[in-house]
Amino acid sequence: MFQLKTTPFHERTSKLCLPQNWRRWAGYLVVGSYDLTLDREYWAIRNSAALIDVTPLMKYMITGKDASRLLNRVVTRDMDKLKVGQVYYTGWCDDEGKMIDDGTISRLDETTYRMTSADPSLRWLSMNAVGLDVEITEVTDEVAALSFQGPNSRKVLNKVADDPVDGLKYFRLMQNQVDGIPVTISRTGYTGDLGFEIWMDAKDALTIWDALMDAGQDYGITPVGILAMDMARVEAGLFMIEVDYTSTSHAWIEPQKSSPFELGLDWTVALDKQGYFVGRRALEREKREGSAWKMMGLEVEWEGMEQLFKSVGLPPQIPGMAFRGSLPVMVGNIQVGYASTSTWSPLLKKYIALAHLQKPYYEVGTNVRMEITVEHHRQHAPAKVVKLPFYEPEWKKK
Amino acid sequence: MTANQYDAIIIGGGHNGLVAAAYLARAGKKVVVLERRHIVGGAAVTEEIFPGYKFTEFSYVVSLLRPEIIRDLELPKHGLKILPLPSTFTPMDGERRGDYLASWDDHDLTRRELYRHSPKDAEAYDEYAPVMARAAKAIKPIINLIPPDPSSLHPRDLFNLLKVGQYAKSLSEKELYTIAKLVTQSSADLLEEWFETDALKGTKAASGIIGTFLGPRSPGTAYVLLHHYMGEIDGAFRAWGFAKGGSGGVSGSILNAAKALGVEIRVNASVKQVIVKNGRAVGVALENGDELHSNVVMSAADPKRTFLQFVESRYFPEDFVTSIQNFRTRGSSGKVNIALSELPNFTALPFEGKGADSALHRGAVSISPSIDYIERAYDDAKYGQISKRPYLDMIFPSMIDPDMAPPGEHVLSCFVQYAPYDLEGGWNDEKRNELGEAVISTIEEYAPNIRKCIVGMQVISPKDIEAIAGITGGNIFHGELLLHQIFFLRPVPQWVDFRTPLKGYYFGASGAHPGGGVMGAAGMLAAKEILKDGNW
Ligand SMILES: Cc1cc2nc3c(=O)[nH]c(=O)nc-3n(C[C@H](O)[C@H](O)[C@H](O)COP(=O)(O)OP(=O)(O)OC[C@H]3O[C@@H](n4cnc5c(N)ncnc54)[C@H](O)[C@@H]3O)c2cc1C
Repeated sequence: MFQLKTTPFHERTSKLCLPQNWRRWAGYLVVGSYDLTLDREYWAIRNSAALIDVTPLMKYMITGKDASRLLNRVVTRDMDKLKVGQVYYTGWCDDEGKMIDDGTISRLDETTYRMTSADPSLRWLSMNAVGLDVEITEVTDEVAALSFQGPNSRKVLNKVADDPVDGLKYFRLMQNQVDGIPVTISRTGYTGDLGFEIWMDAKDALTIWDALMDAGQDYGITPVGILAMDMARVEAGLFMIEVDYTSTSHAWIEPQKSSPFELGLDWTVALDKQGYFVGRRALEREKREGSAWKMMGLEVEWEGMEQLFKSVGLPPQIPGMAFRGSLPVMVGNIQVGYASTSTWSPLLKKYIALAHLQKPYYEVGTNVRMEITVEHHRQHAPAKVVKLPFYEPEWKKK
Repeated sequence: MTANQYDAIIIGGGHNGLVAAAYLARAGKKVVVLERRHIVGGAAVTEEIFPGYKFTEFSYVVSLLRPEIIRDLELPKHGLKILPLPSTFTPMDGERRGDYLASWDDHDLTRRELYRHSPKDAEAYDEYAPVMARAAKAIKPIINLIPPDPSSLHPRDLFNLLKVGQYAKSLSEKELYTIAKLVTQSSADLLEEWFETDALKGTKAASGIIGTFLGPRSPGTAYVLLHHYMGEIDGAFRAWGFAKGGSGGVSGSILNAAKALGVEIRVNASVKQVIVKNGRAVGVALENGDELHSNVVMSAADPKRTFLQFVESRYFPEDFVTSIQNFRTRGSSGKVNIALSELPNFTALPFEGKGADSALHRGAVSISPSIDYIERAYDDAKYGQISKRPYLDMIFPSMIDPDMAPPGEHVLSCFVQYAPYDLEGGWNDEKRNELGEAVISTIEEYAPNIRKCIVGMQVISPKDIEAIAGITGGNIFHGELLLHQIFFLRPVPQWVDFRTPLKGYYFGASGAHPGGGVMGAAGMLAAKEILKDGNW
């Protein structure tokens, strides 16, 4: 009786989750992986069509005359520019300009938005809505969500959806129907591949799941757990709250907090937008004075790493899934930052990491060394600072 | 050395006395602990009042026991096991009667449960917990500090004192502000700023009044809330546990550790007086006429005994004596321990069968449906009455440690507040029955079959706490956790470093810094000061 929540897809996913590899996500139980190894699921994302249950995303409906005013006040992007049928990725900050959370905002009509977040946000939104004509409703449980990712995802959707999704552009959404059931389809995802997210009424979840699985058979459709998605999102240079940055609401000490600039989210901070928004002053100052940190990519140099393993008589050994432990990044004997998630990229055949680096070491091309463990000993493998994302297929936005 | 000559004599075998003795023996000292009862443990004892049923007689949950003591004295090796108490259930009242509010040691489960009652509260809780934990964390190092001499400072300057402290410098303005607010507000004010669910506010407010003679609407109670946020089990904040064997299991492990370190324990050894020669303590005289000698005498009894009974007041400055006389020790709580043939079934979450896997019974059950409920209970007490409908904090020790009762049977530990020490007409058997009846009829409202489960019942009034555990005034913390009785003001301004105006005489129990609860800090810190003085 006293268990975590299960999602509306549980009846299907639980039958398929043979290794019983469950993970918790925002109070829900979700599948970690459907296989004992992640290869097949990872390659479904990159090569065919991956069906991922992302229902635990926190979801809010924001409606009313002042809905866009509220959002403009809370998030860093310019909501006046968000057109009906468009989706924005954005972060939001506290008054010191440090990140509270990040998510997407979809404009469903003139006065209706759907916002997703990783952490509960009702209170923060309500506090900022004082005096505004706006209604905020949490719909996390009511709206089920599937992330449908991979180069074949469009073909499968075209088979099941009433209206073709060919014309659906990157970060746009459309209302559609599957088997006569209304769904919202957005061209979004957390993998950096061609992909869609499908939003539906929770009661319709199983019907939609079945329709997609059925239609996807010939296209390599594969139910995928969140562990394989975790590898793909690192390749895509997308980060995760509480892993790659600490929300100000959970930070114990100042240095744990990050500004959007420090996360490389400059493009989401619309300092040119009208009026006040939370954190504006601090962000303007940081923009002027420059940031002390920046999140960048690290590519470990294979030969150097191979050498370290060779010296003890071993071939290189790399964890088979994304590793969420913090790893020191050095220049000489000085620690200049840390990697927050590292993973083997099966596609790039590289050991890559998302890293927080101090000025000036975050310049592209800087040579650093990242900690690795070689036969129980800590070593530092040579690595290079690179731009994010690590991987961006041409079909991602096309 | 003659037989009755020691490096240190400890008066009182409560857990603090035992901790102090163990630390001194660990430093190579010859130490004796003198306890007036036939068993040690003080307010942390387990006794079989009814054969086969073990009562954790007074103290029942562990949270504050300092981890460094557990490590230093190797208590796990000596039998200490702190078992998890994973939840608290609060049966609801009024329109919500029949439902309950549960909170778990799992964030997601708690959030989900709160969400069931109020999405707003679920959100607020996410913020409240870190704010309180951060404030607790900020205050925590202060507990371990021997506070500076604050003699020139008035209590209202607490804020400033915090500010000048070396540690406090590392706190942000916001944290200092939170702390300052926490030490001045009422718990009701604080909670009403955050939450709307009555059972949530009631249960939280309850932890702000435990051991005080105050209601949730009395200023200063917010601090006590925080005090209870400082628990630490295996490094995890805010985790309450139940010691195997009850709180006697905690004392027992410290006793074993002390013995292994060579401490001599004498029970049935009631101290009459501290022997003073040439203006310094040189030993103690027992009620039975025996005398023991040492240049170091530490009292681990309550402050009134320590300073008004064991030592003639002429050895202390007058204002010191006055301060001790004014130290507030109004007992306000009692304890009812019940032997049960079976588990009572709560209507809010009934079980089938015998309830062996009932989640409700594995954790705490709190009768605190709202702030008003508790404030009303306080109203009775204000005027010298037992609360008709008291606040109850219950656990079923046998559900956590099956060895506490015969197989298949159970024990119930029920903390009850308010039961004023200064009861109108005084305490007697009849009043004790009245307290027992108030408790049973309160439980009955939520678990109607309680009466037929009862095999035996021990009702402990504050007078009984005084008589059995030897705590003057019967206050569970040896002194109320009031704003002017905390930190550097405990027990008396200027005398907060465990030394006393009488040379060679020390004080290290719950009435000293940093306060009450099965924490061991006072005993440990006092021992360290004694070793620093090196009076040998
Ligand atoms: C009903 C009740 C419930 C409680 N619940 C909890 C709880 O759940 N969790 C928690 O952490 N705390 C709880 N407490 C508080 C906690 O039990 C006490 O703060 C703590 O046990 C006190 O330890 P101490 O060593 O300082 O003093 P005590 O345990 O009081 O020890 C003092 C000792 O001195 C002895 N003594 C007194 N006079 C003499 C004399 N003349 N000669 C020799 N010996 C003498 C006494 O017999 C006693 O053994 C509770 C207390 C009570 C009364």
